[in-house]
This record gives sequence, C-alpha cells and structure tokens, in this order.
Amino acid sequence: MSRPQIFPWPLRLLHWLMAVALLGMLFVGVGMVASVEGSQPTLVAWHKSLGVVLLALVCLRLVLRLLLPTPPLPADMPGVQKLAAHASHWLLYALMFAQPLVGWAMQSAAGYPLVLFGQWPLPALLAENAGHYSLLREAHAWLAYTLFATILLHLAAGLYHGLIRRDGVLEAMLGKQRPL
Amino acid sequence: MKHSPLPASSQLLRFGVIGVVVTGLAAGFAWTAGWVGPQRLSAQAFVDRFEENGGVHPGYRRAHAKGLCVSGWFESSGAAAGLSTAEVFQPGRLPVLGRLSIGSGSPHTPDIASPVRSLALLIEQSNGEQWRTAMNTPPVLPVGTPEAFFEQVGAMRPDPATGKPDPATMQAFFAKHPESASFLRWAASNQPSSSFATTRYHGIHAFNLIAADGSIQPVRWALQPLAEAEPLQPDGDPNQLQQEFSARLAQQPARWQLLLTLAEPDDPVADSSQAWPAERRQLEAGVVIIERAEAQLGGACQDVNFDPLVLPNGIQASADPILRARSSAYAESFRRRTREGAPQAAAQPEQGAKP
Repeated sequence: MSRPQIFPWPLRLLHWLMAVALLGMLFVGVGMVASVEGSQPTLVAWHKSLGVVLLALVCLRLVLRLLLPTPPLPADMPGVQKLAAHASHWLLYALMFAQPLVGWAMQSAAGYPLVLFGQWPLPALLAENAGHYSLLREAHAWLAYTLFATILLHLAAGLYHGLIRRDGVLEAMLGKQRPL
Repeated sequence: MKHSPLPASSQLLRFGVIGVVVTGLAAGFAWTAGWVGPQRLSAQAFVDRFEENGGVHPGYRRAHAKGLCVSGWFESSGAAAGLSTAEVFQPGRLPVLGRLSIGSGSPHTPDIASPVRSLALLIEQSNGEQWRTAMNTPPVLPVGTPEAFFEQVGAMRPDPATGKPDPATMQAFFAKHPESASFLRWAASNQPSSSFATTRYHGIHAFNLIAADGSIQPVRWALQPLAEAEPLQPDGDPNQLQQEFSARLAQQPARWQLLLTLAEPDDPVADSSQAWPAERRQLEAGVVIIERAEAQLGGACQDVNFDPLVLPNGIQASADPILRARSSAYAESFRRRTREGAPQAAAQPEQGAKP
C-alpha cells in the first residue's frame, strides 16, 4: 500500500483540536490549583468535563491512527531522530490516555461526584480511599508536567522539520501537499 | 525533494524563532502556575498561614482539626421544592454523613476554648450527586474578600506568650475593616451553649437555588437546634463537648431545623460580611437528625473534604468571592493531609501509651 504525503484529514482535525484543548487544559490545571479567584470553581468544573471529552477523543484518535494510512518519515532522517520521533509520539499517546484516567480515578478515590457538564453523573472508577487519592493526585501533577514538556519537545521538533530541515514533516500535519 | 541548505545567518534566525516559541510557552506556563511573576494570593498561601497559626499536625485538617464524625438523616419537608430542583429539597429522606468540630488548627485544643463551632454535612442524592456544606456558629464573616480574610488569618496568629491572638492586633484589624461590625455584634452577644446539639450553625455565604423554570432565588441557610439550649458550664474535660454529645445521643437523636432565608432583590448576596434584614422570609426546608457519633480517626468523615462547592443541580454558588476561594483552599488542605496519611488512633493522648 502506498503511503500518503500528508496525514488524512480526520487525524489532522483531531491533532489540532486536541493540541489546543490539551494546552488549554494544562494551563487551566496548573493555574486552578493555586487560584483563589472567583473563576476557580468554574474552571475546575470545565477541566473535569473536558478531561472526559479528551479521553473519548484520544480513544477515537488511536483507532483512526491504527486504521488510516500515515506518511512515512523522510528516508534521509538519521536513525536516532527516527527513533526519537516514534518514541515521543507513543509517549504522547500514553500520556493522553493516562492523564484523564488518573484525573477521573483521583476524583473517585476522593469521593467527589463527577458530573459531566453538570448534567450527567459518571460512575466512580475506584472505591474511596484517601491513600489512593494522594498517590493519584501527585501523579496527576507529574503527568501534567511530563505531558507539557513532551508537547514542547514535539512542537520544537515540528518547527525544526518545518523551518530548518524543510523535509515535509510539518506540512504533512498542516495538510499542505508539496509539489513533486 | 531537497532544499538547498540555508545560509548560516538564516538558519540561526530560524533556530531563534523555535527557541522563542518554546521558551515563551514554558514561561507562560510557569507564570500561570505562579512559579514566577508577582506574588499572588493562592490556596497554598492560605493553608500555609493556617499552619503557621495552628501548627502542622500530620494527617489532620489544617482548619477545624478537632472533631467528631456523625451520621443520620435529612428529612426534607418539601417546602423549598418549588425553589430548587435538587433532590435534597424534594419531600423525602436522605442519608447524612457529618462532622462536628471546633474552630482551631490544632487537634489538641480543648473543646470550649474556641468560640467557633462547626457542623459540616454531606448529603448524597440517589443519582450520586452530593450536597456538601460546612456551617459555622457566626452568621457572617468579619470581612468580605479573600484578601481581607487572608489578612484576618494573619492577625489571628497566636502570641507565643499567651497562645492566643494578640487582642491589640485583632482590634487594629477590626478598626481597619469597619465591615466587621455585623460580625462583632454577633461575637459580643454570642452565649456558648452546653452542647453541639443546641448550637445554631450558619452556612454564612449565599447560594442560588435554581427552580425548574430556571428562576434563581439567592438564599442563606442555617441549622436551628430543636433542643433547648443551656448555658455552658466548663467541667475541665478538654473533650467536654464531644463527651456531652455522645452521651446525649445514647438518650435521643440530635435535631436541627434547616432554615432557608430568602434574599430580596437588593440584599447583598456576594458579601459574606453583610447580614440581611431580620424580617426576610424563612422556609423550614427539613430536619437534620443525627443518630450516631464516632471518633474522627478511623471514622467515616475522616477522609471527607467538606468542600462547600460540591453541590447538586438545583443549588449553585453565589458570586461571593470568599465562597469561591474556599474550594481551592480546602483542596490544598486535603492534598497535604492525605499525603501525610491518617493519624493513628493510638497516638491520641486519651488512649495512653502501651508498652
């Protein structure tokens, strides 16, 4: 099967949608745990609901990623860079799954009801347990820092491909067909 | 296809662009987190200040550290069913988990040493939503903003010589905050009763009740004891109120009427230092019945964070900025104490050391 030059549109749509949402979630998350502003409870409520939506989106994205054809990395890329590219992409997928699941489990362990968009109560993933809550709460913070750092690395690499190597990797996600 | 290599100057510029984008995002993240930039009032700063006042007692709540777990029922009269769609206000009975406590950051404070007593409740609806509320004896707070409240906690720091807040510092604080007049009137007239069961507890903040048609009614709630109050007679027992309450429950449950005070259009609903006129209409929304009490260590309330912003549909937080700041500070206190792990029951002084 021949591989396309650019990512199929459903993967591009999900990539950019989730890029914006994930960065928003990371900024809101790290701000809301310190904030005593009047907006704080509203931000927390949105953070929880959007986290569940992002969990659903990453499930869909993984299925599409495995089913749809994707462009290959440039043949002249050094092996180490190819390895780093593959490893960082699967790390991003792992973090995108782990972070909302840990967040949900942490709500369950603390005994907080999780009500999607204030309307639909969701089941608890775990039984109430303060010790488990504490572990999950700390994990949620460290996963967030790791996810943010990995996104920055991914962004830097994307820009390196687009601005320095100019090898079509960035264009593959931007959706720009390159003339042959 | 291949591009011709970039000139060195152009390549340097492009690396510069990448560097600016990445460090810009990282700096924005650090600023949002409060790691860099101007000092802002934070949940961590509040909990630090509580720890400075009450000491750090691993595993205990940072505020209201000493308490008793209680449980029973809420029997809703249905009187507020027309104002709120929440199941808690429909006629019926729901289980209650609660906690009685005193206003001190130390778990070793004698029960009657604090003028503030509290009753926190968690009422779970059949759909899994919860109503959590933390109520205190004063009907209002001395101040109306998180910044002024932070200053108040600072003014309350115990004098090392007496172990109590310095009266001159407190007086200066109240003089600087004339909005504390309503609180000070309460403090001057408050007569502590002999029992947790005969104490009136106030939700302090306004909350909005949301009716089926979407209309909003701001209310304040309070628990009015149904047993007659007797004046407090100190008996020297540091756990006097806990002992009295447990002994009382052996005879009969403790009961309170849940009163909802309905705001009128011009009443201050976003300022917990301001009382509403005494003639405001009140509803008797139901009765809280407490049947059982147990020690908090190992008790059902130990691991519950009585965050007053855990609310079911039909009840919403008002714009009160102190109410809106509480959730964040409660979460930070909960995070710290669960990280430390629960205190061991054997460490309680009354248990005595065993060889």
